[in-house]
Amino acid sequence: MRRLFGVALALVATIAVAAEIAPEARRSGYGFASAETRVTQDDDTANPGMLWVSQGEGLWTKKAGAAGLSCRDCHGDAQASMSNVAARYPAFDAALGRPIDLEQRINLCRTEHQRAEPLTWESEDLLALTGFVAHQSRGLPIAVDDNPELRPFSALGDELFHRREGQLNLSCSQCHDDNWGKRLAGSVIPQGHPTGYPVYRLEWQSVGSLQRRLRNCMTGVRAEPYEYGAPDAVALELYLMERARGMTIETPAVRP
Amino acid sequence: MPRVLINLPERATRGEIIEIKTLIQHPMETGYRLDSNGARIPRDIINRFACTYNGEEVFRVELFPAIAANPFIAFSTIATETGELVFTWTDDDGQTQTESRRITIE
Amino acid sequence: MPIRCPQISLSAPEGGEGRGEVGEIQASPDCIAHLTLPVADATGPLPLPPQAGGEGKLGGYRPTRRWILVAAAGGGLASLAPKATATEAAMADAIRELIGEAPLERGKVKLELPSIVENGNAVPLTVSIESPMTEADHVDSVHIFNQKNPQPYVAAFHLRPRAGTARVSTRIRLADSQRVVAIARLNDGSFWSDSADVIVTLAACTDQ
Repeated sequence: MRRLFGVALALVATIAVAAEIAPEARRSGYGFASAETRVTQDDDTANPGMLWVSQGEGLWTKKAGAAGLSCRDCHGDAQASMSNVAARYPAFDAALGRPIDLEQRINLCRTEHQRAEPLTWESEDLLALTGFVAHQSRGLPIAVDDNPELRPFSALGDELFHRREGQLNLSCSQCHDDNWGKRLAGSVIPQGHPTGYPVYRLEWQSVGSLQRRLRNCMTGVRAEPYEYGAPDAVALELYLMERARGMTIETPAVRP
Repeated sequence: MPRVLINLPERATRGEIIEIKTLIQHPMETGYRLDSNGARIPRDIINRFACTYNGEEVFRVELFPAIAANPFIAFSTIATETGELVFTWTDDDGQTQTESRRITIE
Repeated sequence: MPIRCPQISLSAPEGGEGRGEVGEIQASPDCIAHLTLPVADATGPLPLPPQAGGEGKLGGYRPTRRWILVAAAGGGLASLAPKATATEAAMADAIRELIGEAPLERGKVKLELPSIVENGNAVPLTVSIESPMTEADHVDSVHIFNQKNPQPYVAAFHLRPRAGTARVSTRIRLADSQRVVAIARLNDGSFWSDSADVIVTLAACTDQ
């Protein structure tokens, strides 16, 4: 991370006012990726993320847990039942009294309905199922609920997004609101919209969740990354999805 | 069983050159990476991919660690007759994975 | 110490074949030579500066690219001067093992790689060879080599006339900015090649 240090110092030195991106100026990370990466994403037979989607399709029909139920047993054909789900997550869970993201929703189904062990974060199976479900929202606009119960959590996410953190003392906003389009260590800084998660990141050589990507950013500024599933992480996810409201879901996206 | 995606037309005209695209889920561990303890992660790659068409080999490739994870291989073949294309991936341990697809010639 | 700037193009006389040549050197008034691609074209000691006119005086002869790189090194660009690495030698050996004493011809082969990649983990590569792909005249195999990965081999494709076209695609890993070489072996035993230089950038904000 030494290579980031010099750039970070320059960023810290400038007094930048955190300016939100105008709705019409929002662009998906797809637009910031190279032509080759875009071609890879567009071709379902060359997009490595589709391997996980295909795996998820298989898991959808696999019976699991003490209840011996598969996802399909309750939800039927995913193309119909899951069609607008990922676009609306994180969603408010009344029982827990807080928002949960798609991974947590899948695990709640596993533990409460299938009576199975929850899947661990970033495990192949959880990524495959999340990828498969999110893929059913491909082409649809992000439409997180405008539920008043979500407001305090998205306000927290907003605050976290604008809060400086880490040894480099940078906030998400400083890169992704103020300096998008510019370069950081040879890579173009995108605006940070979660339009294609779980995403096939070339750097990971694998599909990964939004929370993994956020942890990478936090490691990048030398902050302690959120634990997987932490309320702060979900609040930030919620804020990011609201910030990207109306943008099109691309799962599985390919990013550098 | 690693996931595989194969793209080839189900039907073709006789003599047509068809493009076949294949994608298989595999980390293609190079053998050069170190784990968090500094120990070398052993090499584990798919080192061979072959395609036969009604039993006759029409394409083969030897792969090395420099091939990216989740190997994507695209090649072409002439649609000669109706039949079966069989795709085989072989890894360093000699384990194979085989998939087949039918093609109908009109 | 400012260096007298070369007035002539450093590309090969006919404008270069394929994309294997080092990019143009742009000379600014202070003559900071900006080398677009630092690529060694052979392993071996760099030549001494030309005798005629001595160091710095360019009249009367055509300086070689390598000499300009040496001169540029004096301007603090030593890191861009070509260095022989273990894999470059290994690549040369691997190519020699394939072609033996046969000549390596330029032409027929087209190696397509992006000139800058966002991530060296998955670089799309396509090789196509002009060939009728008949029994009498076809491509037997296509071999891909690299210059700076830990080992020089990338892939060896084996084709038949039944391929119809000699065109293959895959995605490769490149550990660093480097040259990639594709060599096709035709059924008549001749070898044809193309090469491409790729700049590899690193990702920011990773797991580590």
